[in-house]
Amino acid sequence: MVQFSQEQLTEFNRLVSRYPEGKQKSALLPVLHLAQQSFGGWLSPETLDYVAGLLKIKPIEVYEVATFYSMYNLKPVGKYLFEVCQTGPCMINGSDNIVAYIHDKLGIKPGETTADGLFTLKTVECLGACGYAPMMQLGKHYREHLTKEKVDAIIEECRKNAAANN
Amino acid sequence: MSEQPLFKVTIDNITIEVPAGTTILNAARKIGGEVAPPAMCYYSKLEGSGGKCRTCLVEVSKGSEKDPRPMPKLVASCRTTVMDGMEVKNITSEKVIDARNGVVEFLLINHPLDCPVCDQAGECHLQDLSYNHGKESTRFEFQKRTFKKHDLGPYIQLHMTRCILCYRCVFTADQLTGKREHGVLDRGDHAEIATFIEKSLDNEFIGNVIDVCPVGALTDKTFRFKNRVWFLKPMDAHRDCPTCSGKVTLWNRGDEVYRVTARKDQWGEVEDWICNTCRFEKKNTGDWVIEGPRLIDRHSVIAQGHYAGSIGMHQPKETFEAVHNGRKPKLLMDIHSVSNVNRPEITLSKLDRPAHSTDFKPNQD
Amino acid sequence: MGVKLLLDKAHVEGIRSFEVYRREGGYRAVEKALKEMNPESIVEEVKKSGLRGRGGAGFPAGMKWSFIAKPEGVPRHLVCNADESEPGTFKDRYLMEHIPHLLIEGLIISSFALGSHDTYIYIRGEYAWIPDILEQAIEEAKANGFLGKNILGTGFDCNIYVQRGAGAYICGEETALIESLEGKRGNPRIKPPFPAIQGLWQRPTVVNNVETLSAVVPIINMGGEEYAKIGIGRSTGTKLISACGNINKPGVYEIDMTISVEAFIYSDEYCGGIANGKKLKACIPGGSSVPVLPANLLLKTAKGEPRLMNYESLADGGFATGSSMGSGGFIVLDEDQCIVKHTYTLARFYRHESCGQCSPCREGTGWMEKILKKIDEGQGKMSDIDLLWDIQRKIEGNTICPLGDAAAWPVAAAIRHFRDEFEWHIQHPEEAQKRNYGLAHYADPIHVPA
Repeated sequence: MVQFSQEQLTEFNRLVSRYPEGKQKSALLPVLHLAQQSFGGWLSPETLDYVAGLLKIKPIEVYEVATFYSMYNLKPVGKYLFEVCQTGPCMINGSDNIVAYIHDKLGIKPGETTADGLFTLKTVECLGACGYAPMMQLGKHYREHLTKEKVDAIIEECRKNAAANN
Repeated sequence: MSEQPLFKVTIDNITIEVPAGTTILNAARKIGGEVAPPAMCYYSKLEGSGGKCRTCLVEVSKGSEKDPRPMPKLVASCRTTVMDGMEVKNITSEKVIDARNGVVEFLLINHPLDCPVCDQAGECHLQDLSYNHGKESTRFEFQKRTFKKHDLGPYIQLHMTRCILCYRCVFTADQLTGKREHGVLDRGDHAEIATFIEKSLDNEFIGNVIDVCPVGALTDKTFRFKNRVWFLKPMDAHRDCPTCSGKVTLWNRGDEVYRVTARKDQWGEVEDWICNTCRFEKKNTGDWVIEGPRLIDRHSVIAQGHYAGSIGMHQPKETFEAVHNGRKPKLLMDIHSVSNVNRPEITLSKLDRPAHSTDFKPNQD
Repeated sequence: MGVKLLLDKAHVEGIRSFEVYRREGGYRAVEKALKEMNPESIVEEVKKSGLRGRGGAGFPAGMKWSFIAKPEGVPRHLVCNADESEPGTFKDRYLMEHIPHLLIEGLIISSFALGSHDTYIYIRGEYAWIPDILEQAIEEAKANGFLGKNILGTGFDCNIYVQRGAGAYICGEETALIESLEGKRGNPRIKPPFPAIQGLWQRPTVVNNVETLSAVVPIINMGGEEYAKIGIGRSTGTKLISACGNINKPGVYEIDMTISVEAFIYSDEYCGGIANGKKLKACIPGGSSVPVLPANLLLKTAKGEPRLMNYESLADGGFATGSSMGSGGFIVLDEDQCIVKHTYTLARFYRHESCGQCSPCREGTGWMEKILKKIDEGQGKMSDIDLLWDIQRKIEGNTICPLGDAAAWPVAAAIRHFRDEFEWHIQHPEEAQKRNYGLAHYADPIHVPA
């Protein structure tokens, strides 16, 4: 059963309170972020229904939005999602090599998840870090000026965190 | 009648007066014929429709009497209102024709061109458009886009590959049925219309999405592969329906009702929305009071079955050739020149009853 | 050193906090605007300043403000466009991350000028950590009486909210942004009506870029006329440039728009020259959608005059021999870069970001991407170049919103200036995979720094 915790509901109410009476649909994008973060890093059909119910809108309105924006994952992803930028400025600074290196290292192609469910590799379009290329998004933050060594360190860091949280 | 001032607008060198607030497209429709730009997404009865397909782009060569500057870009005539003294070029503008050819090519690159197995063939607006603006061969060398199949229930067949994303069905479902279960998912070149998951559309009026669809993306499942529209004779008919007006067009062959649709005007727009019962369930001639043959004055292949009615056109005094800078009026290919469908010597609109196979039998002498 | 109006305090330690920002002279402009000025006089100052929208289109900000409708009893809104997504552009991020109170200060003044009591910052979803920074700045401003009810005792109420997008370049287009802010798909609206008449929730709305709104602070502090004295011609004030690509010092720079492109690339104060001792091949000076220019046309206009980093000079020669200031995303390509591949990544970007509403953009962007990919992979044929040209020509100007143009221009410019490289790529598919076409096509000698 998909259900926000009390704390998450407080955050939900804070998000909705930013908009005028009757315009609660405006909170849809932030609420979907909250739901994705709260329910395992992706939005299941059940989660989308739940959000529609909370915001008192039709499920199709949530579906239309969830499928439009690239940050919403509609399928399960690994615990750590590597989103490597591949647009022009990152490409000329070697983003292809970073993607290839992650592929060599973890054995996953863009769109795939490692068997242990830890890592998902995804190529994305420009994230606005062109001066600090090549780069990727990992969770809330950017990892910039990537090198093979940095990628090694990031993977190591993720594995340690995963082990510590188990 | 109304207090609204009249604006003078000149489209392809033909001047008319229309109430302020009229769009260029609707002003052009008052002139009629080729001067009216094609519209694949605009639908006068659906609020918010239009602006998307870009087939109705026109050139505004003079903004208005007050501000005569031309508009810098081509504009969507369905969403641009006329100004007093505005001058518009549609078929007299090379820029417009070039852009429209481009739009048609864009609409076709991912279209399956499966007209031979498409129930919309013969009354398809995209076919008409391709006939007028299309190229003889494609320049697109890649695999066409495909979609996961969705089942929309027992009445409506969805072929997403044929969809041009006009959004008419979305507006129809939203505005007519008051029930929002139908929408557009995903974005860009893989956007698709879909229902909420696989839920079938069960509203009493949902069948109208078939009639508003300009292509064969949404067709009548109860008519699927049953016949070609140009073999059928459209008859206006009505019944006492508790849900809708009951005013329909029957598509008959002999006594058999193959299909029921709403009645459509010369722009292909529904006159009265009809309910699912009338559309899908009443397939016996006995269900209906037949009024007489439906006049079809569209330039598609079905009109070639000699159903042509009168086109209420605002005729200029001069010949079209004179006002359109020497451009000759479009001559339609007469289907009878290449096919003996329905036998050319039989003018079906003269029959005040559904055509029967006996009408087509060669004379036995 | 050029004049700095936005980043002059960006390196002061602790400038992110209210105390330090205030100590450094922050929020003086709010005091001046709310206590000594009225909405009309603020709009007047902004008009006098000649400030042009910093998001890309360069539309005069004061004029945009003066269009806002003021129907009786209908709330109005200011929306800050922080959906910075144009490849090559990362200047707004820098402002928000390093000196968030500058934006908040600009927003308070602008909200007062426009009569917006609920102001929204729409920030791209990927900048996931920045809303925290902004919300903290908002809280601090509120705690110090600069936001909330009855600001500074003037009776003006204003709240600022931060909303995250969720990954859609198109939401940088103002009507798509408004749709997104309403919780919908980012489909641009068909205009008219313009947002100034019917925007957010059908209410009169002004949407301005982060840098534009931040620039209101120095304009109020120094007066519009003084601001207009900085810069040159209609390029008044300062502009943030985010420089990236093959340069020694990528980063965000504030320039006063009198500096030459050559000085910007080669001086140590800015880009510090081309990285690894390579030569300059080409540059996209204003974000990925503006035309790419080969080195010779970048450094000098077709008339042979030095090209300057401002709106007029970068556009000199139109798209035939010039480009555009755009958003200030300055992408430098060195001699080893392959124009075909680079153009392909941009075409892929625009296909990925097309909302899919109108046919030319939805179908055309995908088609261009496919052809460019084919050429890039060595499968192209000569007629593909003309086909690409024809496709971009049929997209440009025929779409609902400017994304169609943004997708068409890079392809057009690449073919216009580097057609020989495309041809070579097609004729030598194997060699082309090594991407060593280099500088062979240049008529003029390439600038080598002394």
